[in-house]
Amino acid sequence: MIAIVKYNAGNIKSVQNALDRLGFESVITNDPKEMKKADKVIFPGVGEAGSAMQFLKEKHIDKTITALEQPVLGICLGLQLLCRHTEESDTECLGIFDTNVKRFPPAGKIPHVGWNSFMSLHGNLFSGISLNDDVYYVHSYYAEISPHTTATCEYILPFSASMNRDNFYATQFHPEKSCGTGEKILLNFLQL
Amino acid sequence: MLKKRIIPCLDILNGRTVKGVNFVNLKDAGDPVELAKTYIERGADELVFLDITATIENRKALTGLVEKIAAQINIPFTVGGGINSVEDVENLIKAGADKISINSSAVRQPGLISEIASKFGSQCVVVAIDTKKTDAGWEVFINGGRTPMLPDTVAWAIEAQKLGAGEILLTSMDRDGTKDGFATYITAAVSRSVSIPVIASGGAGTMQHFRDVFFNTDCSAALAAGTFHFGLIDIRELKNYLRNENIDIR
Repeated sequence: MIAIVKYNAGNIKSVQNALDRLGFESVITNDPKEMKKADKVIFPGVGEAGSAMQFLKEKHIDKTITALEQPVLGICLGLQLLCRHTEESDTECLGIFDTNVKRFPPAGKIPHVGWNSFMSLHGNLFSGISLNDDVYYVHSYYAEISPHTTATCEYILPFSASMNRDNFYATQFHPEKSCGTGEKILLNFLQL
Repeated sequence: MLKKRIIPCLDILNGRTVKGVNFVNLKDAGDPVELAKTYIERGADELVFLDITATIENRKALTGLVEKIAAQINIPFTVGGGINSVEDVENLIKAGADKISINSSAVRQPGLISEIASKFGSQCVVVAIDTKKTDAGWEVFINGGRTPMLPDTVAWAIEAQKLGAGEILLTSMDRDGTKDGFATYITAAVSRSVSIPVIASGGAGTMQHFRDVFFNTDCSAALAAGTFHFGLIDIRELKNYLRNENIDIR
């Protein structure tokens, strides 16, 4: 069973739809017990970081997430919330990844919307994926490159497309909306 | 490298796609999900579903259709047509739409853009602008292009961005359906004036039209309906052509 973290962010159902298509059973929940006993946990999200963090704290989901021991995948806002701090509403985040989230400088169209390829990638999430494969992004803030970065993308500047630390994985792009390439990446996570 | 997007638009009437379709190997050309899957298989980067259903009762079927699309489609999609309130948006987003597009209602009540953006994020708000060159300049029209409402398309695009729009879908009414090519002048002017992505629409008839709009303007995507439905241009061939023209394409 895959647990998808339920909180006040959009796009959560899309992740469940993608898991359904891949044949994996999932439950959308914020019950700590259910999250703890799941084989894997996905922490998705599209939305605003400040109100999302506030919600996680109020419901005490923040501590549940950071204490998880099984593989966890943060997606988009999920990746950003797993970092130390974000400039969006000057928000302290969960601090799993030792890096900060900043707003793109106004040197191009913002948000970064659309399909983009990789500058670099390594790690088991990207098995069978090449630099020229494109994945779908929608975001105005980016995570700086850090020792936890496992894939990079360039838009205005180079940023973390994906990160990994111990059992925590995250992608800035949306694998659930990235056609066949996204499905491969999701499957790689589901088969960890 | 961020790629230029190719977006087919499907017109929906009572839950079915309309306009003649010339695809071979398509079991049911009227089923939006079947048609969408064909486009994805050919390389579409995103899809727009435009509901042209007139009555409120029939519009309810749209939510069910959006759920079905969301369950089966693995690329982002936008739903537009007749959206008048935050409640309309909430229903579509909950059903699985990634983005919604608003047109007449945004012109009539610009505050709606901010309301939707603050509740669901700018990334899901596409403001569609129908523009036409008149003696007064590039005017903004509403009600499917029947009513001139605002005198200045560029000024409206800038205002929409300020209010929280995440993208602009700019349709040239002069070119729409003509297959004479995209209106590059106004597309360039709007793209230059806003910092959010602009989707060019209206007039696509040949592969060179797509090249020209990407070459001569700063637009992020190009949208077409009839040109793809009628099989005049195959998306995969189009993308190969654009790649050979050195345009960054997925």
